[in-house]
Amino acid sequence: MTGGITSPGAGWRQADRGPATQQTTRKRRKRGGGRGRGEVAMVDDVEFTSYYGRQIVKTPVWKSPDVPLYLFLGGAAGSSAILGALADVTGRPALTRTARLTAGGGSILSVVFLIHDLGRPERFLHMLRVFKVTSPLSVGTYILAPFSAAAGATAAVELLGWFPKLKRFGGAVAAVFGGPLATYTGVLLANTAVPSWHEFHTKLPFVFGGSAMAAGGGICMAFTPVGEAEPARKMAILGAGIELAALRGVEGSDSILAEPYHEGRPGQFMRAARACTAGGLGLAVLGGRRRWGAVASGALLAAGSLLTRFGVFEAGIASTKDPKYVVVPQRERMAAREAQRTSGAPAGDPHEARSVSS
Amino acid sequence: MTSISSVSAAFTGRDPGNRLYGPVPDVTEQSGYEPEHPKRVGFFTDTSVCIGCKACEVACKEWNTLPMDDSHGVRDALGDLSGMSYDNTGQLGANSWRHVAFIEQSRAVDLPMPSFGRPGDDRPHAHGMPAPDTGDLNSTATAQASVLNAEALSEFDPQTGQSGADKQVRWLMSSDVCKHCTHAGCLDVCPTGALFRTEFGTVVVQQDICNGCGYCVASCPYGVIDQRKDDGRVFKCTMCYDRLTDGLMPACATACPTQSIQFGDLDELQARADARLATLQDQGVETARLYGRDESDGVGGVGAFFLLLDEPEVYGLPPDPIVTTRDLPAMWKAAGKAALMMVGVAVTAIVGSRRPR
Repeated sequence: MTGGITSPGAGWRQADRGPATQQTTRKRRKRGGGRGRGEVAMVDDVEFTSYYGRQIVKTPVWKSPDVPLYLFLGGAAGSSAILGALADVTGRPALTRTARLTAGGGSILSVVFLIHDLGRPERFLHMLRVFKVTSPLSVGTYILAPFSAAAGATAAVELLGWFPKLKRFGGAVAAVFGGPLATYTGVLLANTAVPSWHEFHTKLPFVFGGSAMAAGGGICMAFTPVGEAEPARKMAILGAGIELAALRGVEGSDSILAEPYHEGRPGQFMRAARACTAGGLGLAVLGGRRRWGAVASGALLAAGSLLTRFGVFEAGIASTKDPKYVVVPQRERMAAREAQRTSGAPAGDPHEARSVSS
Repeated sequence: MTSISSVSAAFTGRDPGNRLYGPVPDVTEQSGYEPEHPKRVGFFTDTSVCIGCKACEVACKEWNTLPMDDSHGVRDALGDLSGMSYDNTGQLGANSWRHVAFIEQSRAVDLPMPSFGRPGDDRPHAHGMPAPDTGDLNSTATAQASVLNAEALSEFDPQTGQSGADKQVRWLMSSDVCKHCTHAGCLDVCPTGALFRTEFGTVVVQQDICNGCGYCVASCPYGVIDQRKDDGRVFKCTMCYDRLTDGLMPACATACPTQSIQFGDLDELQARADARLATLQDQGVETARLYGRDESDGVGGVGAFFLLLDEPEVYGLPPDPIVTTRDLPAMWKAAGKAALMMVGVAVTAIVGSRRPR
């Protein structure tokens, strides 16, 4: 029996006056619809219970900056590889070269950061023992391995000037794996019990895909003569727009799980990311045809992408440290299920309509 | 070794065998064992008879040679007591595979005492007086301030008062452990195959395989498994896999002096738990409920389930855990669409640009 949404049964309350276990969430300020900075929606306080305020799910042991950097570099490399292969077949040698070097360098560095994050780096090859579609990290390993091999080799022969015919093949292989490399990382974070990542599991791949194109396009635009940089600039502009729109879907959500994206350090990261990406987007549109404009806007877009990765990463970390982000959404889910069951409404989602014990 | 084909059906949108989510009649066989495997075993932790002695914690540490850790899971640290209760273990983690939670609760009760007409009883406001709840400092202060007033004293002192309300106190103790879920998030996401399902239906880490990627730590909806920082690998309850293979009970269940921790075949434990719940409810313990018993819950039911006397979150357990991989097909679909979108944007950018001269 549940008396109220979270109150314990039969009137029992925490007796000692240590860290409170019956807590009330603070008044929550949320930007309404993301439109207009002053518009604020108030959300009612929710009372919830916890065990001495202790966290329920574990905080991920993934290190910062290793993992955010891995996300950023993998994304920039993936989108650059696609751009490089397309620039190659349409006869843009300077852009091709920049994109290949970005893809190769980014992929090698991202592998370094990924291995460095392991608790036992010398056992990295154990990742290749099995292939599991239920493990995004396993799938990602089989995306990253061929990608970094192909992109790294292509960049190497680009620098050394050997085997010119192999370059196009290597670049094409890297382009095939580039998109999945940039977007699987959204699944990597979302397929966890981390509340503020899992809640946005269909949106994070689009955030990361858009962010990857902003970064990859921005870097390629900055290092390519403006005469050939037009495709990079267009990809960066479109990517930045997608990143901002997808982020609005995350940050502007009504869910309590959007809260960590607004508060504290992750909130600062997200605000800085939005400022850099929006500024870079505007500058690329207005001044991207000039050399200085291309360099400045490319740097801003790359910085925005990097800050987005840090912000999303840190917001998830923050959401594990407060039990309210576990208890309150789960209680709301149970209450909604109960309401649906008692009203006898036909179930839309069989998962949500399952019966509950106790 | 998990083959590609074993779960691929679940990613076509249909999941007839409930490989990712939902009840599974025989999780051991689903994991690839021959049909004549041992029966699935588990723990039934009946917290209504737990006395908080922590013999289970000690037995677990001794048998599994777990290092000392403090109330925040820091290894070999002395002195960081939790400062909140008799619980100085604090949480489950890499070095604590059993954790006895301790909660002190109180509630106001009306005492059905007969009135003898003592002074004060006839005052009209006396009967409606709220209980001196410790949670309300003002009323406590009022009570203390009027302690010199003999009439007021007789109303507040449960030994002499004939009316009003009193406080009842109870201690909740519960020995938490890895749930050995039917749909185990840690097992699903492990990229090396270090985590595996044993022939007993339990979930165990192979320490010679684990490379410390930490994915399982983030994926457990109960916050059970954790990494040893100095070692790099992850550790959690094995349900004493080494003892099970020799026909012994796990150390914690063997040490438990009150049979609060019961070990056995899972179906038998479930029947025993249902009977125990019915008994308690007959006795008027209206807050008793089973946690993790329901095979249609978010993790397909668990191998180590509980009889609780309050809401799960009071004990630090999530009220409605769902295995994260339930939503994985939707996530892969989104990632695929996002990857196609990237290719589309790149093609648009190339086609929409002027040909280079």
